[in-house]
Amino acid sequence: MTVAAALAPAYARYCQQLGDDRLILGHRVSEWCGHAPILEEDIALANIALDLIGQATFLLGRAGAVENAGRDADALAFLRDDRAFRNALMVELPNGDFAVTIVRQFFFASFSRLQLEALTRSPDTEMAGIAAKALKEATYHVRHAAEWVVRLGDGTEESRQRAQDAVNDLWRYTGEFFLTTSEERALAAEGLAVDPATLQAEWERSVRDVLTLATLTTPATSWMQRGGRDGKHTEHLGPLLAEMQVLPRSHPGASW
Amino acid sequence: MSQMTDSQWPLWEVFTQPGGGRPHEHAGSVHAVDAEHALQNARDVYGRRGEAVNIWVVPSAAICASTPEDMGPFFDPGNEKAYRHPQFYKVPQGVRVF
Repeated sequence: MTVAAALAPAYARYCQQLGDDRLILGHRVSEWCGHAPILEEDIALANIALDLIGQATFLLGRAGAVENAGRDADALAFLRDDRAFRNALMVELPNGDFAVTIVRQFFFASFSRLQLEALTRSPDTEMAGIAAKALKEATYHVRHAAEWVVRLGDGTEESRQRAQDAVNDLWRYTGEFFLTTSEERALAAEGLAVDPATLQAEWERSVRDVLTLATLTTPATSWMQRGGRDGKHTEHLGPLLAEMQVLPRSHPGASW
Repeated sequence: MSQMTDSQWPLWEVFTQPGGGRPHEHAGSVHAVDAEHALQNARDVYGRRGEAVNIWVVPSAAICASTPEDMGPFFDPGNEKAYRHPQFYKVPQGVRVF
């Protein structure tokens, strides 16, 4: 479908935001390749990273098509500077220990699953198709992460402490998932975007269920970090982009 | 003195079904702490390229296998008994469908 001209710039930015969350998280998770605690988990994390980067490719591709300014997914991924990225802060944070990575996966995948589920009903049939494919992946990502959260939380004294520390540290980054920008509100009115605020109660319920099962304490909601949606990032995004973008920027148009 | 201990998680054998109605086939093995974890690891290691529509995982310790010493008594006698193969029997003339 063709998006109404008045909405196209906002919708392109929205598609970019959806893609950026998954691109940056995918790159972070890919850093585990060759370093995960066991071979099986190494493969699992690499699979998940590839799923996320694949989702980002489709979403940024859609963003480029809607924007209609000659930028494809690669141009959006590799030729933008940090201030132009709209990902939530949580996904750019360093991997930390395995517990941090898993809890971050769990928090994000639980959000992503709800968001994608709603986007399968988008009047933009391309978006609906992308969301339907990605939803299956996200559903598995939730399952993978949730099983680990339970095993770490209800595991040894040390794994429990590390999991609880990760939950406590990352909690303040969860609020940003559910901030609604004025653009999102306008798009949501047309069904083109999901108002993330409408997903928060279900997210909290599903997250709390797993944390309780894992004998972990769900933190009280307090002050929340924000900025990513406005392009104001942590110090960690720049080095990530430098590594991710160095090749296409040093060798424009390189292919293999 | 350091003591050598097996730091690996228990081993599970993985059987994947390549399509509906097909028999499960042994795909390999994974380490995992429990059955659900083994199923996930099996999915990621042996099912991530669309190889399977169903996966079984079985604790390796639960498998009872014949040993190399069993080879003679178990398998050799079958070699000379051609009448145990259906090809040994001639199909009577006139039988078209069976």
